[in-house]
Amino acid sequence: MFTETPFIRKKRRHELLAKCIFGSMALAMVIPLVLIVGYLFFKAWPLLSWEFLSTNPASGMRKGGIWSALLGTIYLVTFSLLIAAPIGVLAAVYLNEYSRENWFTRIINLAVVNLAGVPSIVHALFGLGAFVLFAGMGRSIIAASLTLAIMTLPVIIASTKEALASVPLSFREACWNVGATRWQTIRRIVLPNSISGILTGVILQVSRTAGETAPIMFTGAVFYRKIAEGDLFAYSLKDQCMALSMHLYTVTTQVTNAPEALPYAIAVVLLGAVLLVNATAIVFRLILRSRKKW
Amino acid sequence: MSPKRPRRRSFEIASEKGIEFLIRLCGISAIVFVFAIFFFVFREGAPVLAKLNWQEFLFTPYWYPTSLGNPRYGVGALIIGTFSVTVLAMVIAVPFGLGAAIFVSEFCGQKTKEALKITIELLAAIPSVVWGFIGLTVMNVVIQKVFNVQIGLNVLNAAILLALMSVPIMVSIGEDALKAVPDSYREAALALGATRWQLVRRVLLPAAKNGLLAAVLLGVGRAVGETMAVLMATGHSVNNPFFKADGAFNLGWMFESCRTLTATIAAELGETAHGSDHYRVLFLIGILLFTITFVVNLTADLIVKGIRKQ
Repeated sequence: MFTETPFIRKKRRHELLAKCIFGSMALAMVIPLVLIVGYLFFKAWPLLSWEFLSTNPASGMRKGGIWSALLGTIYLVTFSLLIAAPIGVLAAVYLNEYSRENWFTRIINLAVVNLAGVPSIVHALFGLGAFVLFAGMGRSIIAASLTLAIMTLPVIIASTKEALASVPLSFREACWNVGATRWQTIRRIVLPNSISGILTGVILQVSRTAGETAPIMFTGAVFYRKIAEGDLFAYSLKDQCMALSMHLYTVTTQVTNAPEALPYAIAVVLLGAVLLVNATAIVFRLILRSRKKW
Repeated sequence: MSPKRPRRRSFEIASEKGIEFLIRLCGISAIVFVFAIFFFVFREGAPVLAKLNWQEFLFTPYWYPTSLGNPRYGVGALIIGTFSVTVLAMVIAVPFGLGAAIFVSEFCGQKTKEALKITIELLAAIPSVVWGFIGLTVMNVVIQKVFNVQIGLNVLNAAILLALMSVPIMVSIGEDALKAVPDSYREAALALGATRWQLVRRVLLPAAKNGLLAAVLLGVGRAVGETMAVLMATGHSVNNPFFKADGAFNLGWMFESCRTLTATIAAELGETAHGSDHYRVLFLIGILLFTITFVVNLTADLIVKGIRKQ
């Protein structure tokens, strides 16, 4: 019979201890998420209603809802992704399908990594210097969207590249062998087979763009603006707009006597939208992985 | 007899050429934008360079940009503010981030792993302004109560938020680094009778050292560049938290308010006149930030690439 020596017992104890320590460190990540979301939701509860979402802020933010901020965020996210997604996807196509292993590709990859690391406030300065002032767009939805687009571009490139790389080379070879050109192969074989992976990457960017504050502060977002309630086309591209993230910042730091639940409610709407979009992308990805044919 | 080949129409050839040109153009867009960012930020800031004394700008802590008679632009205190918040954030985040990476990669089952990774991904999705709001409302009170201090908006508050924000990237890069260690190393250690703790400490940590370092550096890059959360949680007063007024070292430095480079730009740019010295100096701070994060990210990337070559 195998009996435990003290040495083995000690080893087992260490093993368990290590597992507990590392496990608790991982748990320390999960707990804040649950606590924070729960607490914010609890505090925001009294204000949350359909009316809160669909009416403009009123009486210096102290009454009314968040309609103009909500719609502003939707505009910014939509336009920035409309700009960033095509460029990002094509850039990833270039990196994955056209480029060779050489110094030039290496530099492009470095640029992508560094672009992803540029602080958001520096993007704001760039947006102000390049789009608002140099290109003469003024502070507007289009200038803010362009700034956000450049910020999301590297992440879209990275996620798309990964999706494209997961399409096996044999698919491409089969297509080339029947005489298709490079672009025909990409359009008929590579893109259709990776489209869901690409979309997941783009959807994840929706949430990131929606939460950004610094880049839009000086390029298009304003403190207060009243628009037609219920009209989805109330902003035009040249307008300045409100945005949820900016609204949360101004209400917490610059508005006095706002109802206590108001900033919590804004935070919950922003957080809820972001987490919902992310959860969708994750579910999408899980379904996708289980359906993968190769 | 040669087989009949369909001739490509010139239209097809032209469109193929056109699309390829477009793809190549998008391919270099990242390079273009990195240079454009540097160029346009520098362009706005450059005119003040001649008037500015470099040493005074970088090393003196006197930030009085709105003084009427004698405005002074010394970002020393702001650099120290950024530094103190980042370092404390890393002291908190590195053990947790790497510990969680080790747990995810070595200790838990497949289901737990999936669940943890999803949670960490959601943690990464929380916008920085929401973190700032949490710092302002929740952490502020918690710190006041727990440590019995007067100001809850201080270095510690911002550092905890930054730690929570930079942990996700550390976990995902750290896990990749651990995954890159060949399984034969693990098998060899286990065959010798090592416990998993010994395996982690003696085999995995040394083998994945560089990758873990890169993970930490990316966390640093994120922490240095973070704006909204630190703007709302540091207390935003120009202050060197390490020294008291009489020059003695301040032991309670983490309970002092401070101000960071990023927060200064965010708070002041809206109120400066376009073209004024103050406005241009803020762009110079932007260049400084760009340079810092550029160096940090470049180092991290070189380390990661170095590993892949091995």
